[in-house]
Amino acid sequence: MPVTTTKSAFWRGFRDGAPFILGAAPFGLLFGVLGTEAGLNLVEVMSMSVLVIAGASQFAALSQMQDNAPVIMVLLAALAVNMRMAMYSAALAPHLGAAPFWQRAAAAYILVDNAYAVSAAEYDKRPDQTTAAKMAFYIGCAIPVGLVWYAATLTGALLGQTIPPEFALDFAVPIAFLAIVAPMLRTMAHIAAALTSIIVALALAFLPYSSGLLIAAALAMLVGSEVERRMGDRFR
Amino acid sequence: MNYTSLEIWVIIIVMGAGTFLIRFSFLGPLGRARLSPLALRLLRYTPVAVIPGLVAPLVLWPAATGGQLDAARILAALVVTALGMWTKNVIAAIFGGAAMLYLGLYLF
Repeated sequence: MPVTTTKSAFWRGFRDGAPFILGAAPFGLLFGVLGTEAGLNLVEVMSMSVLVIAGASQFAALSQMQDNAPVIMVLLAALAVNMRMAMYSAALAPHLGAAPFWQRAAAAYILVDNAYAVSAAEYDKRPDQTTAAKMAFYIGCAIPVGLVWYAATLTGALLGQTIPPEFALDFAVPIAFLAIVAPMLRTMAHIAAALTSIIVALALAFLPYSSGLLIAAALAMLVGSEVERRMGDRFR
Repeated sequence: MNYTSLEIWVIIIVMGAGTFLIRFSFLGPLGRARLSPLALRLLRYTPVAVIPGLVAPLVLWPAATGGQLDAARILAALVVTALGMWTKNVIAAIFGGAAMLYLGLYLF
């Protein structure tokens, strides 16, 4: 009985996560293309996608690297984008915390936005499943996205420099970033944080190597959090 | 881009390790620890705090135009943002923004 439950949970996760494959593919493709065009070789581009599996932070690193920012600034910008994942980790811990160590490590490796979002919704709906079933659901929805991410990066990296400059691919990163972030602007607090980030980053753009960005991000987080606290749940 | 191979590998490996540690935090060593409400509130805003500030200079002063304001790129950015906020659909926003960009580059 447990085996069939686990199996069906895996396939339910697979089905619920499938629509997000469509979202991962263009970003992976784009990262492969832009990474190669920026001057990374195939092994470097693929290693980043396999080790990091986080589109926004990979694009952030790439954009800092095109500015020739110092290594530490590249890392700070890239990792800052991923700090939100600590929140995902904390949200999944009550459901997956009892699983064996290797399963939790594997789950952490592949903890992407949609695996978190889809699983959190599922655990909310069916809180009484076993840890094994919850883990199977999670893996079912995370694995297809991960595989598509690798394959799309590889395809993009192989296409790489064959795309002519008329396509204005330089602007693909800003477009991709804005497309990721715009749907998140659903409350006054999110909008206030985004505006703070833009204004401070532009005002401090004279600082070398995007160090103004880190100040802008820190202030924007404080503003978002403070607006949320003052407004309570009314605008959530 | 002007990095030695070693620097590129340091970036890739530290990004990979750092991202894993962030993801593993509460599923692993921090176990049953709970984030304080303040920490949760701050973390909720990391993407909207980092990404707009990263993108704004790329939109206003694109390297491809030598840092000159470019109407096509600015309009494309506005269209992506508006579509993304309105439809909540990442793919629709991307296609709308790309269409605006190419239209703008053709017109201006």
